[in-house]
Formats: sequence, C-alpha cells, structure tokens
Amino acid sequence: MTSFVKPHIRRKNEPVNELGLVRADYDGAMSTLCAGCGHDSVTASMARAFFELSIKPHRAVKVSGIGCSSKTTAYFLREAHGNNTVHGRMPSVATGAVAANSALTYIGVSGDGDSLSIGLGQFVHAMRRNVNMLYVLENNGVYGLTKGQFSASADLGSLAKRGAPNEMPPIDPVSLALSVGATFVARGFSGDREQLVPLIKAGLKHKGFGLIDVISPCVSFNDHKGSTKSYAHTYKYYHKAVHADYVAPSKDIKVCYDEGEIMPVEMHDGGVIRLRKLEKGFDPRDRAAAMSALANAQKEDEILTGLLHIDETHPDMHALNKMEDRPLNEIPYAELNPGGAKLHELQKGFR
Amino acid sequence: MSEAAINDFVIKLANVNGTGSASANGLLMKAIFRMGVPVVGKNVFPSNIQGLPTWYEIRVTEKGYRGRSGDVHFIVAMNAETYERDLAELSPGGVLLYDNTWPRPHFLTRPDIQVMGVPFARLCNDAFKAARSRILMKNMAYVGTVAALLDLDLDVIHQLVREMFSTKPKLIDLNLQAIALGYDYAKEHFDCPLPFSVQSRDNTAGKVMIDGNTAAGLGCVYAGATFGAWYPITPSTSLMDAFAKYCDQLRVDVDTGKHKYCIIQAEDELAAAGMIIGAAWNGARSFTPTSGPGISLMSEFIGFAYYAEIPMVLFDIQRVGPSTGMPTRTQQCDIQLCAYASHGDTRHILLFPADPGECFEMAVQAHDLAERFQTPVFVLSDIDIGMNDWMVDELTWDDSYQPDRGKVLSSKELEKIEKFHRYLDVDGDHIPYRTLPGTHPKGAYFTRGSGHNKYGGYTEDGPQYKEVVDRLRKKWKSAASKVPAPIVSPSKGKACCGIISIGSCDGAVVEARDRLEAEGLHLDYMRIRGFPFSDEVEKFVADHDEVFVVEQNRDAQLLGLLLLETDVPRKKLIPVLHYSGEPLDYHFVSNALRQAATLRKIA
Repeated sequence: MTSFVKPHIRRKNEPVNELGLVRADYDGAMSTLCAGCGHDSVTASMARAFFELSIKPHRAVKVSGIGCSSKTTAYFLREAHGNNTVHGRMPSVATGAVAANSALTYIGVSGDGDSLSIGLGQFVHAMRRNVNMLYVLENNGVYGLTKGQFSASADLGSLAKRGAPNEMPPIDPVSLALSVGATFVARGFSGDREQLVPLIKAGLKHKGFGLIDVISPCVSFNDHKGSTKSYAHTYKYYHKAVHADYVAPSKDIKVCYDEGEIMPVEMHDGGVIRLRKLEKGFDPRDRAAAMSALANAQKEDEILTGLLHIDETHPDMHALNKMEDRPLNEIPYAELNPGGAKLHELQKGFR
Repeated sequence: MSEAAINDFVIKLANVNGTGSASANGLLMKAIFRMGVPVVGKNVFPSNIQGLPTWYEIRVTEKGYRGRSGDVHFIVAMNAETYERDLAELSPGGVLLYDNTWPRPHFLTRPDIQVMGVPFARLCNDAFKAARSRILMKNMAYVGTVAALLDLDLDVIHQLVREMFSTKPKLIDLNLQAIALGYDYAKEHFDCPLPFSVQSRDNTAGKVMIDGNTAAGLGCVYAGATFGAWYPITPSTSLMDAFAKYCDQLRVDVDTGKHKYCIIQAEDELAAAGMIIGAAWNGARSFTPTSGPGISLMSEFIGFAYYAEIPMVLFDIQRVGPSTGMPTRTQQCDIQLCAYASHGDTRHILLFPADPGECFEMAVQAHDLAERFQTPVFVLSDIDIGMNDWMVDELTWDDSYQPDRGKVLSSKELEKIEKFHRYLDVDGDHIPYRTLPGTHPKGAYFTRGSGHNKYGGYTEDGPQYKEVVDRLRKKWKSAASKVPAPIVSPSKGKACCGIISIGSCDGAVVEARDRLEAEGLHLDYMRIRGFPFSDEVEKFVADHDEVFVVEQNRDAQLLGLLLLETDVPRKKLIPVLHYSGEPLDYHFVSNALRQAATLRKIA
C-alpha cells in the first residue's frame, strides 16, 4: 500500500488567496483515517487557515509524532516538508528545526497519547522554551491505532467502549499549558470550524509557542454513550468563552470596538488578534483569570473553548538565546570559521 | 617496576575533592611542561562534589611517552582517609610527603620508603585568617614543598599563579605566600632536591596541554556547527562548555550582541537527540555530547536518523558501565552499543580518537561524514581523553578547508529537475539527494521512520522495503574508505604476531611494544580509527599468526566486532582486556603480552 494521491480538481470561479492559490492547493495526500474522524475536520481547518493567511505552502513545515493525529500531517500542504518523527518526541525535533531556520512557519500535530503520556516531558519543555510554533493537540481520550485503551486525557468516570470506567484523573493540556507559562493557549472542537479556523490562524501568527487543544472525537473507539469525548457529549457541554479573529497587518484595522467586548492584541508582525468576549469579566491576557475561569468551568462540567490565554510580550526561544534574525542554516561558513591564525592564538592559554 | 630517575618518575597527589586541589595539581603539571619536560596527567576523581578521595597523577617522562606507567614514586598524601592505600601503592625507594600537623605513626610500617612531614595545616592556620583560605592555601603550600623537592623553576610557578588569578589579582600574593611557606620549610628541613627531580629540557616546543573535550568542542566550532543540544552528563559536560565558551568568544556580533549559534540544554538525552536531528534535517550543522547512559536513551532517535537518513553527530565520552556504573572512571565499553545502536537492522559510522588532537580533527570529520552519508556518526572518546590534560602537538587548521555539506539540492537544481524523490539512488553511490524545508515547492517530501519506498512514499511492501534497507547497508559499507584509516606501525624486526588496539589504549600500547621490542619480542601494531572497518584491518589479521586485541572493557567488544564484521578466524584473536576504570598503563599491557608470548612460545 502506498500513499493515496488526492485528485487535483479546479473548479470555476474558485476563490483565490493573495498568492493566487486556491484552497485545494493546500491539500495533501488522501486521508486513511476512519470515516467521520474528527481529525479529518481539523486537517481541513488547518489547510483553510494556511490558505486564508496566504502562506506559501513550501514555506511551511509540518511535524508530528506517532498516532492517528500524527498521520494527518501527510493530508495537507503537499508542498511543505513533513517530519513524522517518533512517538512523543515531535517537540524536540521541532525545537531543533525551528532553531535552524526561524523564517518558516511551523505547525506540529499531535494527539493526547503522543503529548500527554509518552511525550509529556517534551511537550511541557517546548512550552517553557516558547518555541515559535503552533502545536495542535487532537484530543480524543483514547489510543486508536492500538484499539481503544484510555489515554491520559480521559475524564474520571468516562466509559470505555466495553463499559469499563476510567478511574484516574485526566491531564488537561490547557491547564497544564497555563501552569508552565505557555504564551498562547486555546481550546477548540473539530465540530466547530467557524471557531477553529480563526484560532489556528491566530496561533500561526503568534510569536512563540501556541497550543490549541482540539476535542476531536474518535468515531471507532470513543464516540459511545458514557464517553466524555464523544460528539454528543462535547456538543452538550461545549462553552465558548472567547472568540479570536486574526487581522493581517495589510488589512485596514477598523473594528467596531465595543469597550469590554472586543479586545485587540497586537502581534509581532503588525497584525492584530481581535478577541470577542462571550463571557463577562474574563480577560484572556490575564493568566490567573484564565486559570480561574478554567477551574470554574471544570467544576460545572463545561468544556471551555476559545483563545483562553495570550501573551505577546514574553520572548520566544530565539530571543531568549539572543539569536540573530538570519536563519542559522543560511550563515556562510566563512563567517563561522575562525581560521588557522586564530587557532594558534587561542592555544596560547594551553602552554 | 621502573626506578625513578631525573625527568622520569611518577608523582601522585592524594586529596579530598572539593578542597581546591585540582588547580594546584594542574599548576604543578603545567610548571614541569613549561620547563620543557613532557608530562602525562591523570585525574582520578569521585562522582561527588565535596569530601571524597581524589587523586592526581603526574608522570614526568622525558622520552614523551603518552600513557601511564603504573608506578608511583612520590606520594603527596593529603587525605587521611586514603593513607593506608596510598602507602601501599608507593614503589620501594619512594617518597611520601604528608601533613605532620598530626602524628601518623603507621607510616613507619614501611621501612623501604622515605617519609617526609611538613605541618601544612599549622603553617596555613598561622599565616591565614579565613577558614576557606586555610584549606585552599594548604594546596599551594604543598606545591611549594614539591617545587623545592623536585627542583622546579620558581619563576615558572610564579608566572603560572599570576596567569591563574589574572582576573582576581588580590589572590596572587596570597597564593605566592602559601607557596613560599611550603618551599621555605622544605629547603630548611630536607635535602633538596630529591635524587629524582626535574631538569629543564626543550622537549615540549610546539606542544600544548589540552583535554579532549575542549579540543572536540573547538573542533565543532571549526566544523561550522551552529546548533548543539545536550543534557548534562559526566564526563561529557565540558565538551559543550568548551563549545559555548568559544562561540561566546568568536560567534557573537560585536555591534548587535546577537549570536550566530544556538545551544539548548535539553530536558533529557532523548530530547537532545531529537533537537539535533531537527536542526540537521533543517540544514544546520549540529551535535550532541553525551556518555553511555545517554546513548541508551537516544537509541530510538538514532534508529530514526539512520532510517530516515538524517545527519547526526554524537560524541560519546565513555565511562564505566553498566547502568550508572562508575561515572568518573574510564572505559571503552560502548563500542558495540554505538556500532548497532537502536532496534531493527541498524549500523553506524564510528570514529575512535586516541588523544585530544584527534578529538579536534575527528570532530570536523564527523560533521563531514554525517552530512555526506546522511546518517548518525559517533565519536567515541572516553574520560581519560576527554577530561585529562594531554600534551599534544599544537592543533593546526587548514584554511582551505570547506565543509562537505553532502548531497543537498538547491532551489536552482530543484527548478531544473522534473520530480524529486528523496530516497532514489540517482548517482549509483547509494547516497540519495536531500532537500531542506522552505527551498522550493518541488523539494517537499515526507520524512518518516515508518516503512518507505525509494520514492519516499509509505510502504508495507516487502520488496520495496528491502530495496531501501539494502541500499542503506551498501551506503554504510561504502564509508569504510572514508573514515580515518588505521595507523600501522611495523616492528623493527620480523613479527609473526601483531597488536590491534583503539583510542586511549594507544599510549600504553606504544610504550609496552617499545619495551618488549627491547626484550626481543617483535610485534606489529595497528590502531583502528574508524568503523566500518577498511579492508586493511582484515589484511592485518590475515598477515599475522596471532593478533592481540588490546581494549578497555570486559567483553572484548572490539574483538567481537572484528569477528562479526570481517572473515578473520576466531582463534587468531587474543583478547587483552583492562576494565578497572583506571586509565591503561604500559605495565599491564607488556605483562599481558609477555605472558601470552611465553605461553605461545612466540618470542
């Protein structure tokens, strides 16, 4: 079996972006996931976000670990390099890749098994370093490829397909991200692309580590009654707190600015994220407020979604390491080689 | 045992770690070196911060031998905990210097040695006020006494003190005062110098004293590495420290303060491996220094880099295993681990430096080979090479050097070709072309550790899978002629037997062979410097009746590798194994070879 090739079809009057590309130019290989899988919907949202932002496909880099979610990097942006690394270790490969060339746009796709069990350490440390990338965690509460074991994000009391309850508390990626200083923390739902696409766009434009935890139900192993990661459960307890829209710097930024309702956050590229509050008394720029809103929602069994925290002021990995703007992989050797005379001079201290 | 003589003896300093003795001992060694007499220094230290025994051994060797001798002619016993052991180790006729502020009657149990007492603690307590100074200055006081006993040049020592404290000038006078305390006491109470002492020569011109980790870190700078990731582990830490230090000196823009490099301290070795793979995949020369436990953890990623064909440079500063083992003691125990690291059929390129000079050269070669062959390359150093100061030829640099970045397609080249396939053997040299992210829309491919065909597509098809892994094996094999060639030293007489050895065994092997030659036992010697083995290695074994394989591990790992990777007969190879964790000495090697030769009636 080789990868499926998705047919290239152009429709008449198809909308084009600033590069003259159509949405289909952001597709990849045909998905081999189950019909109705939440992940396919997330893939489509990611492709749309790149399309709407008019990012050249070959100037993007896709990285992933192992699992159903990690396979999806093959299903969009066929002209971008992809790196399907090893289980739970995508953040480290991404960190190295970002360090080598900061001029590209990086998106990591992972799952709850990949990020919260085997890869918990790397996931947390990439956030601490504020690596400039968007990390999409497709969260379904189970291991799909190995046929339905609970993952670390499974809620207390959630039932497995054969009825056994999960008896250990979950790791919530959003709470975790807030606690380790992540600078862009959001939650979405594969069933709500209207919310998800703008979140992905904002995350891609954020300078630093952006996390989007996307509830993405597994139709084969975790979409039954009693599961808290099913479509039905998510729709029922879904609670939108903040809506985020990214406005590019080239666009005339004229927002109908209703004090207390719309909050603009200025981005490093000159663009703006407009946050539309759906909840009173909640400011996503305030980490403590986000943590408390999240804790309250958990108490009420609500799934709080939207851009829950953003901090554009914290330096990213490049700034923390005082790196120059030019990518490391473009510095000519002549600038890196100190030369023979210098070597002689350096060794005076060794005599 | 060898008798001590002028410019030919061993002094061992027994100290308590964390008391500042290391810099005093380094100063003594450097002083002898500056007097033009070759030295071999070995620091035997505990895995501890303060309070446990530590020893520093300085061999003075006018002939410039590079290994330990195994003798101890002069002990400076500054650690009450190890008096018994230090006393027992001293050669007959040797000298023991101790702090006689407190009586130590048990030293009198050896009438065959000369015991000298100096009240270091009392002298320092009388001269210095601060408690910490009193401890630190005891070290400088014994430097003074040793200088008097060995007739060391005081001007040289004073100059070294001034250099050592150039940034803290207040300490210069304090240290000079302490040296004078010990020096004057010795001159007053003992016959100075001892029968064995140091006489100035001119045998260290063009040489430097440098440790292997510093040299390797410097090598990475010269190789043009811009990215390094690591997790702190003894004994590799000083390699990244050196890289960071030289980058800070040489790679920071004077006007902007911006860096032309990036160093990340990872959360563990797994992440360090992933980071350098990510950076190399994206076109930055990168590396990680580690030790055996780190290689175990990195194995998953090493297999990924091997199969997905991503350059990777690893420095394994070997320490005693298994498990945590003895973290500050030396061995060559990761040879087979590195040769085949990771699950599945994997095989790697290994380089074996024998001294800091080769650490510098091989650091550069490792980067070239990794990018040429798009695969992991290991530099197998060890604690002895990595953390001890060695006297080597001054490092030199060929200004015409250009890094071999391997087969990477540029945007222009991609524009010209119809379609790019990542794992296709276009040139028939088993090495495919690769592309860097962001170069050109035609260059995109999907990197994966899962089954793939020569076009880079996912596969579970047997023949397609085999096509790729068969090429990988050929690619690896073709590196045999590109790794540093073995060095063969033929015997002066006709030799029916030979020695094969590796890395830090070299100094002891060369000296043992010299001495056996003088006794009439002729042995040819081949030092292996790279893996996969070149044809020369097999030929060397074929040309001899028997070959002694000298290495520092219990399980004869190099010997095993020779059996696995060549057609040499098992019975021709005789293991000579040293694995106590101390750097190899020539007595051990010559005794083992002499014994084996007698048994086989070779000589």
